[in-house]
Amino acid sequence: MSDPIERAREGDPDAFRVLYEGHVGRIYALCLRLAGDPGKAEELVQDTFIRAWEKLPGFRGESAFGTWLFRIAVNVALSERRATGRREARIGPVADPEALPAAGRSADPGVRLDMEDAIAGLPPKARAVFLLYDVEGYQHAEIAEMTGIAEGTSKTQLFRARRLLREALSR
Amino acid sequence: MTDQWMDRLSEYLDGDLAPAERVALETHLAACPTCQATVAELRSVVTRAHALVDRPVANDLWGGIATRIGAAGTPVIDLNTRRVRRRFSLSLTQLAAAAVLFLAVGAGASAIAMRPTTEPVPTAVATSPALRVIPVGLPTKAEQSYDTAVRDLEQALDAGRSRLSPKTVAVLERNLARIDVAIEEARVALKADPANAYLNAHLANSMQQKLALLQQATTIANAAS
Repeated sequence: MSDPIERAREGDPDAFRVLYEGHVGRIYALCLRLAGDPGKAEELVQDTFIRAWEKLPGFRGESAFGTWLFRIAVNVALSERRATGRREARIGPVADPEALPAAGRSADPGVRLDMEDAIAGLPPKARAVFLLYDVEGYQHAEIAEMTGIAEGTSKTQLFRARRLLREALSR
Repeated sequence: MTDQWMDRLSEYLDGDLAPAERVALETHLAACPTCQATVAELRSVVTRAHALVDRPVANDLWGGIATRIGAAGTPVIDLNTRRVRRRFSLSLTQLAAAAVLFLAVGAGASAIAMRPTTEPVPTAVATSPALRVIPVGLPTKAEQSYDTAVRDLEQALDAGRSRLSPKTVAVLERNLARIDVAIEEARVALKADPANAYLNAHLANSMQQKLALLQQATTIANAAS
């Protein structure tokens, strides 16, 4: 039995670490953009892989392992927000585009991360859809499955995110 | 946004409109400067999204995961141990050269391009003058060592490729191709702007990803033997 997924499903932590190392970069990048904070992103990454370990016996390979892991990460991130109800000013839901950070205003002087800042200011669900579609390259059907929303809702959220970003970046 | 077509521009951009709707929208676009400008701006947002560069994770998170999944008693395999275990191994010189390259590029570039971190500076970086150099492009000698390390790993992987499942090989090749594109794009961009710390960090990160991926793949191939 050589496949690390199969071995991890059987409870082999070394095999699971191989999976972790192969995917942690992309999962962290997603969590960082979903959370907008490196410390929170690290927590989400750990929760994601722990959840994945728990759910691995049920993984049937119907989707790629990476896609399956992304689904867990998105759900962990969105669930965490619902559970805590946090409204951090930098990443809180924004109904009014005017409330989004203006492009180029990074928290760190001299560091220009305008697109990242603007993404961090998106409402959570719109941000998740935008990241999955425009950054990660998933299709609306896949996003719908990953996030539990309808395809039409995914398109709506994508448009909302792009519109908010367009307005934030043009200010 | 009062234009009746405005809400469909995102779908238009993605090619999601039915043919008849697309024709109607394009007819409208030809006469509507506002929608034309909006399409251009939305396209710019998408282009910028595609160009985003992932930040590498700063800390090793495995320890916390291992503890929580009850694997803390299992010896954590660090990279050095993995290298010893591998049937196909790199020379210590090659590994050291690659490691020095990444420390030098990563430490220098991250000081400029990354957000401040509370992580302690690795001792090697703090004490070695050679590692304090902020990179402008890549040191030729170090890059040659890196290329040698990658080539050796690729040869080792080729030798063990038959032990990997076709699905694993497909994923591996897809990811390697993606990383190669990122490396090439960063190198091209650095020719025009060699002092750009962000590009240097991106290049170092991409090269490190490639090395790590090759190492993991050879580990898996060896484990399958």
